[in-house]
Amino acid sequence: MFHWLEKHPFLFAVGVFITIAFAGLIEIIPNFAQASRPVIGTKPVTVLEQAGRNVYIKNSCNACHSQLIRPFKAETDRYGHYSLSGEYAYDRPFLWGSKRTGPDLMRVGNYRTTEWHENHMKNPKSVMPSSIMPGYPWLFTNKADIDTAFATQLTNAQFFGVPYNKPIPMKDGSTAVVKMADSVAGAHAMALAEAKEITSKMKDQNVKDAVAHGEIPEIVALIAYLNSMK
Amino acid sequence: MENRPLEYDYTVAKMFMVTTIVLGAVGMTIGVFIAFELAFPGLNTAFGSGVAEYTAFGRLRPLHTDSVAFGFTVSGIFATWFYVGQRVLKVSMAESKFLMFIGKLQFWLYVIGVAAAVVSLFMGYTSSKEYAEFEWPVDIAIVIVWVLWGVSIFGLIGIRREKSLYISVWYYIATFLGVAMLYLFNNMEIPTMLATSAAGETNIGDWFHSISMYAGTNDALVQWWYGHNAVAFVFTVPIIAMIYYFLPKESGQAIYSYKLSLLSFWGLMFVYLWAGGHHLLFSTVPDWMQTMGSIFSIVLILPSWGSAINMLLTMKGEWQQVAASPLIKFMVLASTFYMFSTLEGPIQAIKSVNAIAHFTDWIVGHVHDGTLGWVGFMIMASLFHMAPRVFKRELYSKSLMAAQFWIQTLGIVLYFTSMWISGITQGMMWRAHDEFGNLAYSFMDTVDVLHPYYALRGTGGLLFLIGFFMFAYNIYKTMSARPVEESELQNASPMGA
Repeated sequence: MFHWLEKHPFLFAVGVFITIAFAGLIEIIPNFAQASRPVIGTKPVTVLEQAGRNVYIKNSCNACHSQLIRPFKAETDRYGHYSLSGEYAYDRPFLWGSKRTGPDLMRVGNYRTTEWHENHMKNPKSVMPSSIMPGYPWLFTNKADIDTAFATQLTNAQFFGVPYNKPIPMKDGSTAVVKMADSVAGAHAMALAEAKEITSKMKDQNVKDAVAHGEIPEIVALIAYLNSMK
Repeated sequence: MENRPLEYDYTVAKMFMVTTIVLGAVGMTIGVFIAFELAFPGLNTAFGSGVAEYTAFGRLRPLHTDSVAFGFTVSGIFATWFYVGQRVLKVSMAESKFLMFIGKLQFWLYVIGVAAAVVSLFMGYTSSKEYAEFEWPVDIAIVIVWVLWGVSIFGLIGIRREKSLYISVWYYIATFLGVAMLYLFNNMEIPTMLATSAAGETNIGDWFHSISMYAGTNDALVQWWYGHNAVAFVFTVPIIAMIYYFLPKESGQAIYSYKLSLLSFWGLMFVYLWAGGHHLLFSTVPDWMQTMGSIFSIVLILPSWGSAINMLLTMKGEWQQVAASPLIKFMVLASTFYMFSTLEGPIQAIKSVNAIAHFTDWIVGHVHDGTLGWVGFMIMASLFHMAPRVFKRELYSKSLMAAQFWIQTLGIVLYFTSMWISGITQGMMWRAHDEFGNLAYSFMDTVDVLHPYYALRGTGGLLFLIGFFMFAYNIYKTMSARPVEESELQNASPMGA
């Protein structure tokens, strides 16, 4: 049979394809049928947080930091409750990472503050003397891309039904609404309002001035995103 | 018709040989640089703080992985296909103007795609998915290049004289189909420019930006089904295609067992795809998939070792060739590293081992003993074998090749041993508790202890890189070496002192 197959390239290729596609069919399709549902309390990101998530991706933070807490005592002691599938329901793309050169960041919003992040991102050694992470001074001057963040939110809502402007059940039984703007100008206004809350706790004067003039440096968006990770 | 051997046309093979060497040098240089960044973080701003954004570890890491995988390795796959394909199918590319045109078109589109990929990754335009970082415009270029390669493969098969497909061709076909399937499904994404705001605005933000079709756990599942099998169909399957052709050719020995090659081929095709789940052990994907990933990883030892043993036994009775020829040394050590790496991988896929190994440098070490020792050695050996036949010249220097072999072997050993120690040390420190049940070490403690291993790893990588430049120099000088008399060489490649 194999000798015969080796003389018939088309059927050979079909045979190979069926053999390699088989595992994918069995493993992937059933999981998609019950697509991951959000757990109670999982909210989509705001426009500034989305811009911060894009900054995180742009600088490949995920090359050194994971966002996946495994169900071991050592991990829950260090990082908090282990990860649940539904907590990632709005993550496009997922950012689990595959290497912890630095610590996990899944719940970094629970134990780090705006002030800490500002010092750390400017010069990691100022808060962690033997850190091997480089400083990210350019985040303090580059402008965050609010347009693309808004387009990302819209895509999430329109193509994947992410519940912006809709009530979301919270753990205490109440509901919360994450607002999304209805225009680019509206998105900028929302982002700026969020940014002002962040910069009120920052000390870099150039960043404060930029936000006062209506421009949002990348660092502000990134801190908004990191603070939202709980 | 005159009875003489076919004259093969290696135009396209030569083009891809050049990109193999150039992109290999670029990718490995970046690799050594970022390895030293981890040991000496000051290097992040070595080129001035003004360009630090483009030289920081995070920005360069995808450039390293993608240029060695899709630059060096994929170029090597194409270069060897355009050499091996003609010879085992007994047909010359010069016989078909169409296939020659498609081959050249594939090369130039590939070069354009690489340029676009390099620029976009430097700018930070990435989808964040490992080994699938490119945004959708580059993805489309990659798909076109891949389809053109498919046209070349099946076009050449269509006009072949040798009716039965040689083992290498099976593996090239599998590479084509496997990568096509994986790449398409993992890169399903929606460009964000398609969305419309409530005010009716469209084309908002960067036009090339996109988001994944899958969310969270599903996205992770598809990504590691891809990520693991990209290793299968870029770093394993086509490299086996190479060794099945080049080892028998260079040594003059017939393949040890046809039945073993059948078992390994079909076994590898069936088993490999199941094992992706071992990247997601203890994550939020369903438990049965994690267990399947673990079990099939162990089963994977069988077909992997089948191929490797078939190669080593091909040298049966001819082991003096290993001592005599550095080219045979490269191939024999490549298949040995293949055995080693395909044993180490399944060990790491056992759940209790993975609990320590995951997220640590041990994984990085495992990837590199496979890619440096198996993929790197085999592609360089293939190009060494091809060079005299493609350029009709004697290989420039045997002693340079031998020196390269030992320098690079030492480099690989330094690399994986330092990463073993570093990975296991860190994994054990993360989980250590003191007598009161508190964590014994802060995260920072587990970073401080790694410094010497990072320095050692960088040194190992540097040795490999030096060897790669010796290889590039050897091939370059071969082009200007003494011409070889016979039009068609037999077995052992001619080498200068």
